[in-house]
Amino acid sequence: MGIDLPLIWAVIILFSVMMYVVMDGFDLGIGLLYPFVPGKADRDVMMNSVAPVWDGNETWLVLGGAGLLAAFPLAYLVVLSAFYLPIILMLLGLICRGVAFEFRFKASDQRRHWWDKAFIGGSAVATFFQGAILGAYIDGIPVADRAYAGAALDWLTPFSVFTAVGLFVAYALLGCTWLILKTEGALHAQMKAIARPLTWALLAVIVAVSAWTPVTHASIAHRWFSIPNLFWFAPVPILVSVACWQLLKSLRRDPRAGPFLLTLCLIFLCYTGFGISLWPNVVPPAISIRDAAGPPQSLGFTLVGALLIIPMILGYTAWGYYVFRGKIDASSGYHE
Amino acid sequence: MSGVDVLLLARIQFGFTISFHIIFPAITIGLASYLVVLEGCWLRTGNEVFRTLYLFWSKIFAVNFGMGVVSGLVMAYEFGTNWSRFSDFAGGITGPLLTYEVLTAFFLEGGFLGVMLFGWQRVGLGLHFFATLMVAVGTLVSATWILASNSWMQTPQGYDIISGRVVPTDWLAVILNPSFPFRLVHMGVAAFLATALMVGAAGAWHLLRGRDDPSIRMMTSMAMWMLLIVAPVQAVVGDLHGLNTLEHQPVKIAAIEAHWENQASGGVPLTLVGWPDQDRETTRMGIELPHLGSLILTHSWDGQFRGLKEFAREDRPNVAIVFWSFRVMVGLCLLMIALGLWAVWLRWRGSLYRSRPLLRVTLCMGPAGLIAMLAGWITTEVGRQPWVVYGVMRTTEAVSAHSAAEVGLSLALFVLVYVTVFGAGVAYMLRLMAHGPALPGEPMDAAQVKGGRGQPRQPLRPLSVVAEPLDRATARRPSPG
Repeated sequence: MGIDLPLIWAVIILFSVMMYVVMDGFDLGIGLLYPFVPGKADRDVMMNSVAPVWDGNETWLVLGGAGLLAAFPLAYLVVLSAFYLPIILMLLGLICRGVAFEFRFKASDQRRHWWDKAFIGGSAVATFFQGAILGAYIDGIPVADRAYAGAALDWLTPFSVFTAVGLFVAYALLGCTWLILKTEGALHAQMKAIARPLTWALLAVIVAVSAWTPVTHASIAHRWFSIPNLFWFAPVPILVSVACWQLLKSLRRDPRAGPFLLTLCLIFLCYTGFGISLWPNVVPPAISIRDAAGPPQSLGFTLVGALLIIPMILGYTAWGYYVFRGKIDASSGYHE
Repeated sequence: MSGVDVLLLARIQFGFTISFHIIFPAITIGLASYLVVLEGCWLRTGNEVFRTLYLFWSKIFAVNFGMGVVSGLVMAYEFGTNWSRFSDFAGGITGPLLTYEVLTAFFLEGGFLGVMLFGWQRVGLGLHFFATLMVAVGTLVSATWILASNSWMQTPQGYDIISGRVVPTDWLAVILNPSFPFRLVHMGVAAFLATALMVGAAGAWHLLRGRDDPSIRMMTSMAMWMLLIVAPVQAVVGDLHGLNTLEHQPVKIAAIEAHWENQASGGVPLTLVGWPDQDRETTRMGIELPHLGSLILTHSWDGQFRGLKEFAREDRPNVAIVFWSFRVMVGLCLLMIALGLWAVWLRWRGSLYRSRPLLRVTLCMGPAGLIAMLAGWITTEVGRQPWVVYGVMRTTEAVSAHSAAEVGLSLALFVLVYVTVFGAGVAYMLRLMAHGPALPGEPMDAAQVKGGRGQPRQPLRPLSVVAEPLDRATARRPSPG
């Protein structure tokens, strides 16, 4: 067959997951920053800054899940069985948080604090388990006889806890720089102050993960440090350094969109780095996209729908962000 | 812990999450079509009552839609977390069908839902009506995909098994499998029926409290007409679905009827009530009507169909559950037919809106459609056990190899979060219904709602179309009496 269906589907799913990480990342980050901003007015602004877009962001999570089942059933079942508890806790966190978005604005003053707590707690739980899943995924999943062959809590390792903390930092920085873009006044100044230490923390996390993974995984070390790969992949760490430097520099001036875009670059580079480490495995360390692919009849059939609908989703998402551009002030929001 | 415990817990978990979820899409399907009818009537007649009702029910539609999206998020992952062996085996067919369902839902949310909820000021009346129509069509298309997947699991065809996994060979045969048309129509009509009962109950509630204006009368009246027509239709569709099941899943029918064995001669009786005893292969305290079983299932006086004893013990479903859930469904359907007839009788007598006994019964029957629908799903899903893909894969072979502690813990968390979160959502919908449509002459705020994609109120978050507060403290408005 002329079309490489597993490759196309790998690209679609990688793209969906990346869209999810960069887009839901900043609104989860808002939830993580909530505890540091106690005032109701500021909290209203923070939530209003993501209110029109956050659930569109979660579209990509559902699409990634369903697409994975359709295209790579083996990967779907192994990953979801291996991360049974973290996946379910993450979903429950997202549910609490999603409903809090709506009900916080409809609740009375006496009850609002419950929805604030649901928002903070849901965001923190979802972020923690996404980070832990990422770490455990990189570490690899034992598979025997086309099923997960590990134990229930195998995902909980020092490395996965570290990546969970790392994701907290990454999402918080995304949320923080998003707010620098979208707000003014005291909140803007506060976020500007937080962004600097967060950037250094994220850089530390990136360095630590970049050192930790090749040390523990010979295949990853070989992928990065063998010749000629070393030269091919050298731009990734170089660009990370440049992005961090630019980010810190932009925070010194009067920043607008710069810090957010540079943070997006950083996240994208990290994502690329993970992709380089793991490709072409869909379940590290041994199952490639070709091993995990479903029958070509299934991939082809689903591709027709995906190619019709995904451009539309992208189009209306882009339009949504365009219409919603500009600063948020305290008066605009859900309630007219 | 034994494997049976995990299987049971996983089944309870799936049953719990899907039962919670299905309520919202069912009401979405029903209300979307109701809104088409309301807007169509308004455009035809110019009667403002229809528009008042449209704006009122579109708020409840929006909240309900939001709940459906949030509860549906879990379903896309549960096939992998709890049923990994099944996903490995059948993912080649159920995966694409699920993906199409998701894509259809996004298509819907992305375009027409926004115009429908927020577009009154922005598009012409014709285009707005078209958007409402497309949302209604979209809900049905979405249901079509997921029912195709479920029906394929009940009556699989159009596939080969290659190296232990299902490979689709003919997508048209997969989708148009033998039980699919019946299940689709049965479920679609069930959604309409459940919605009609909910709308009727809301009308009855206001009438009982003394609020009697044209919009309340209109929604009560429309609901009762719907009930009168659709409840008997559902009985006929259900009968046809039953005959289809007899052909493809005879053991399910035998369990539904608690029909253990045929007598040497004479027809099969209908067991009205009783307690089927799986171990002793008999029905205790059964009350039987002679020949009626034959009449219903073979449409002949002395016809016979296979009894449970003709199937190996390990191939039989839990007879007591299937027997009783089926009777709950049919019993409620008969009550609905009776209510429809009673209402049309009182309408003819001119006392439809004043008869307190009728209004009280209508109010009590509000959730009956949803209960009947859940009972029906329990019948069909428990009835096809022990198979997950009928005749091909057993449920025991489908479950992931988790410990009972893991599955039990996640089940407890699901119960806790679902009851809290969706409890709040359902309470909010009920409060909106109790609030009622706009009074005659009252300005209709929803028509002026500013919103749309990219606005603070926007269609991907249909919940935000509603401005009403969540708590009772701030939500009271003076009683119209």
